[in-house]
Amino acid sequence: MAVPSVAVEQRSSILSRLSESRNALGFGFMLPAAVLLLVFLTYPLGLGVWLGFTDARIGRPGIFIGIENYQYLWSDSVFWLSVFNTLLYTISASILKFMLGLWLALILNENLPFKSFFRAVVLLPWVVPTVLSAIAFWWIYDSQFSILSWALQQMGLIDHRINFLGDPTNARASVIAANVWRGIPFVAITLLAGLQTIPQSLYEAATLDGASRWQLFRHVTLPLLTPIIAITMTFSVLFTFTDFQLIYVLTRGGPVNATHLMATLSFQRGISGGQLGEGAAIAVAMIPFLLAAILFSYFGLQRRKWQQGGGD
Amino acid sequence: MAAIKRPKRPETDEGGMGYLQSLPRRVVTVYLPLLVFIIVLLFPFYWMTITAVKPNVEMTDYANFNPFWVVHPTLQHIRYLLFETSYPGWLLNTVIISTAATFLSLLAAVLAAYAIERLRFSGARQVGLAVFLAYLVPPSILFIPLSVMVFNLGLYDTPFALILTYPTFLIPFCTWLLMGYFRSIPFELEECALIDGATRLQILTKIVLPLSVPGLISAGIFAFTLSWNEFIYALTFIQSSENKTVPVGVLTELVRSDVYEWGALMAGALIGSLPVVVLYSFFVEHYVSSMTGAVKE
Repeated sequence: MAVPSVAVEQRSSILSRLSESRNALGFGFMLPAAVLLLVFLTYPLGLGVWLGFTDARIGRPGIFIGIENYQYLWSDSVFWLSVFNTLLYTISASILKFMLGLWLALILNENLPFKSFFRAVVLLPWVVPTVLSAIAFWWIYDSQFSILSWALQQMGLIDHRINFLGDPTNARASVIAANVWRGIPFVAITLLAGLQTIPQSLYEAATLDGASRWQLFRHVTLPLLTPIIAITMTFSVLFTFTDFQLIYVLTRGGPVNATHLMATLSFQRGISGGQLGEGAAIAVAMIPFLLAAILFSYFGLQRRKWQQGGGD
Repeated sequence: MAAIKRPKRPETDEGGMGYLQSLPRRVVTVYLPLLVFIIVLLFPFYWMTITAVKPNVEMTDYANFNPFWVVHPTLQHIRYLLFETSYPGWLLNTVIISTAATFLSLLAAVLAAYAIERLRFSGARQVGLAVFLAYLVPPSILFIPLSVMVFNLGLYDTPFALILTYPTFLIPFCTWLLMGYFRSIPFELEECALIDGATRLQILTKIVLPLSVPGLISAGIFAFTLSWNEFIYALTFIQSSENKTVPVGVLTELVRSDVYEWGALMAGALIGSLPVVVLYSFFVEHYVSSMTGAVKE
């Protein structure tokens, strides 16, 4: 028994003890990620909140001015319009994405020929850079040469060109349509994965009990899919709410601010206009909404664990 | 309840109850809507492609030429794009920035995921949750403070501004994805290696990483695609034309005055999309499974 004790003594230098301690090793392994995230994510988050309380401009560090930025925004009708637009955009686009995405997922879950081909093709709008597909939409929505206007005119459905991006209502509908187009694949493919975990035997049992197709959907598919719907839609809502690229490409917030989202307004005031403090305040105003979505996601995850009977 | 707990679809179930449906009914409820979905989802790409090879005369003359087709395809827009604009430079920038950001993020994410999932240091669970929350912080609320930081650090208008900031959204995502992969590797393998006297780093590089190559590929592709598609940071932190990335360059440099060069714009959008589409088509199975896996986790 003497041999092991010698070995232990030899190995008990500080360095080797450190390399065996879980905590020290864990700290070392976490270091690169932690440094990058703390410096470029946590710190800017705090800096953003601080900037919201200052009158910083580009090229001039600001001084603390309390809640003046927020007071100004409170009485700024454009800001409230952007809040309204963001909510309208998020809610309507999310509902459409959910319904169309679920429908597409149900279709893809049928026993189709070339299943994997369809699945691959459907994901394309999600893979391609948003800005680049938005440029394609810009051309599709062109006021003079819109292919949609032309096609509808040829079919005799309309008698004059649609002014897609020049009219407030049309512009809102157009950007929502483009966002839905880009968002459907994500929702459809994740829900499809959820659908495929539902055992066929449940459908067979329900059919034997005389359930109609609607009842199958309502009482078998939907309850089992709820957890994954909750998570998918939280992500979808979060990314729609903070959307910037699509609006920046298609309308830059126009016409007359009808499509300004909080993110684009923040960019316009903060970067283009140089009022960093005010831009940061608008960005900070988005945080409560995001927190609500994250809490929703958290409880969605909880529910999923409970439904699946898993402890952790 | 066991069936719900561990849902698995037996191979023999493939057909399900499909035989109960008649063909005409399937056409109306499945094939027709699918066709409409596919047409709507793919039309913008078709329109992009056809515009990119259309001569300017045909592009705006809907009376004499059917806009859905091209009579005399031309490469003039693509030639203009490649030889008379900075487009090749933007492509190169995007490749360099995306590759560097991906490698940096993967390195950090592998170590972090291994530490959280396998070293189980005290507080590992909380750190895992923090990483997940970090993924939910959107770039739209970070770009203003980050632009101040980038400027003060002297990184403004350099590729490093993007290489160092992209990991903020790549690391959380990759870590989360890799944690799922590492979880599936049996503990016993690591215990054997520990008994044989391997260090933790050796276990990671010689046992865990070779077993999680599919996970590394998915995380790498995701990270590369996300950096390729990134827009708001690239728009804010880069000013000079020669340092821009493809999405920003196409939007800010090709759109001049009131005359839109639709052909060149569409060619730029098409060529800028090709690399991610090609990458994606090679690894589509990885992509789909890891995307759904990451969401399910």
